Amino acid sequence: MAIDRNSNVFTFGFAIALVIVVGSTLAILVTFLRPYQEKNAMDKKMISILGAVNVEANRENAQELFDQYITDSYVINARGEIIESDIPAFDIDKKKEYKDKTIAVEDRIFPVFIADREGESYYIMTMAGAGLWGPIWGYAAVGRDLSTFYGVRFEHQGETPGLGSEINSYDKFQKQWEGKKIRNEDGSFHPMLVSKTPADPNDLYAVDGITGGTITSKALEEMVNRTMAVYTLYFQSLSNESVE
Amino acid sequence: MSAETVEIQLKQPKQRLFSKKNRKLITDPLDDDNPVTIQVLGICSALAITVQVEQAVVMSFSVLFVLVGANWIISVLRNIIPNRIRIIVQLVVVAFLVIVVNETLKAFLPDVSEKLSVFVGLIITNCIIMGRLEAFAMGNKPWESVLDGFGNTLGYAWVLILVAFVRELFGSGSIYGYPLFEKMGLYNFGYSNNNMMILPPMALIVVGLIIWAQRARNTKLIEQ
Repeated sequence: MAIDRNSNVFTFGFAIALVIVVGSTLAILVTFLRPYQEKNAMDKKMISILGAVNVEANRENAQELFDQYITDSYVINARGEIIESDIPAFDIDKKKEYKDKTIAVEDRIFPVFIADREGESYYIMTMAGAGLWGPIWGYAAVGRDLSTFYGVRFEHQGETPGLGSEINSYDKFQKQWEGKKIRNEDGSFHPMLVSKTPADPNDLYAVDGITGGTITSKALEEMVNRTMAVYTLYFQSLSNESVE
Repeated sequence: MSAETVEIQLKQPKQRLFSKKNRKLITDPLDDDNPVTIQVLGICSALAITVQVEQAVVMSFSVLFVLVGANWIISVLRNIIPNRIRIIVQLVVVAFLVIVVNETLKAFLPDVSEKLSVFVGLIITNCIIMGRLEAFAMGNKPWESVLDGFGNTLGYAWVLILVAFVRELFGSGSIYGYPLFEKMGLYNFGYSNNNMMILPPMALIVVGLIIWAQRARNTKLIEQ
């Protein structure tokens, strides 16, 4: 061969050329695919939000159903007060916010979506946390009493398949949340228990965790309770207004 | 270790695409030279994703694409890759293919992508891929390397899917998500799922049983 492929010059040259070819190919590919991916992510978010009020949507009709069912949205702060936000409620990325250590816990903001289904209004809440391998997040809806779960949707990025990943299964995990409560009779916040041992089905504040997925279950419990404590503050102010 | 990779190809008459020697590239890894049960490679992913058959199938397809693609690219480049950085070059090619698959799926098949996202890291670290690139593609022609990639993925896939089948059936009572035992009414007779089956160590035990069965059948595999 004319060139010595083991010379330093060739080795460096090859490495540089390889990196340039691979890097630029990937850069072009990702730039080209970005708009499709963003649309998919938005559709997915709408499907999850609608899922919390048990509206089954797919990627084709997500936008249409979202416009039909979600009548209002606004933003609250960590003290449960409605605020004027530069970012629209739908664009709030709770996952990013949770990961961003420069945002103090008391500066976090929370979107509220109002869904109207068969004449009933539901409040949809958004949450994010850290699972075993990566982020977990979810949406939960409460009905008129501002305490009873109407439906929940949990998602994850990379929990163990067949174990922790089951948090996104409706039949195996999410269904049991329906009818559970987040507030005591007096309106104060009551933490939820995601139990390692089988939970009493009549217990309004406990659900079964996932067998073999204890760390994910406990992470989910932490996420739910941390977020619900904030939304409960907002619900208390709502209840007080309606009493007065 | 000698830096020079041995070139197996000598001057030989033009071979047919599926000559006997080429067919062996596909059939050998299924049994005599199976990457999982004989070479004991790719065990990490065999533990992690064999709880359900569906995931094992998705994983097999992803490995198929990446291994065949990487084998081909490395084989095409084999005469100009500098020996001292060949492992890094192989890694870059594998990582490149994995990212291409992942990004493309995310854009056009988002639902499949969600299932697959878990495995991306596992594919890059799958020893079978690096093993085949280093042991085969660096010293063989592109077409043979593609066949070798096919053969090894099939050898990997059947073990993976068999283990997943056993674990899903006895661990969750279902096959490919279909609740078989529930439909058969087995639970009414007091049967309950074996929760041990969904824990990772059981994958090792099932792989061990497969190795046992394989060597009992094919005695030339038994080491003296």
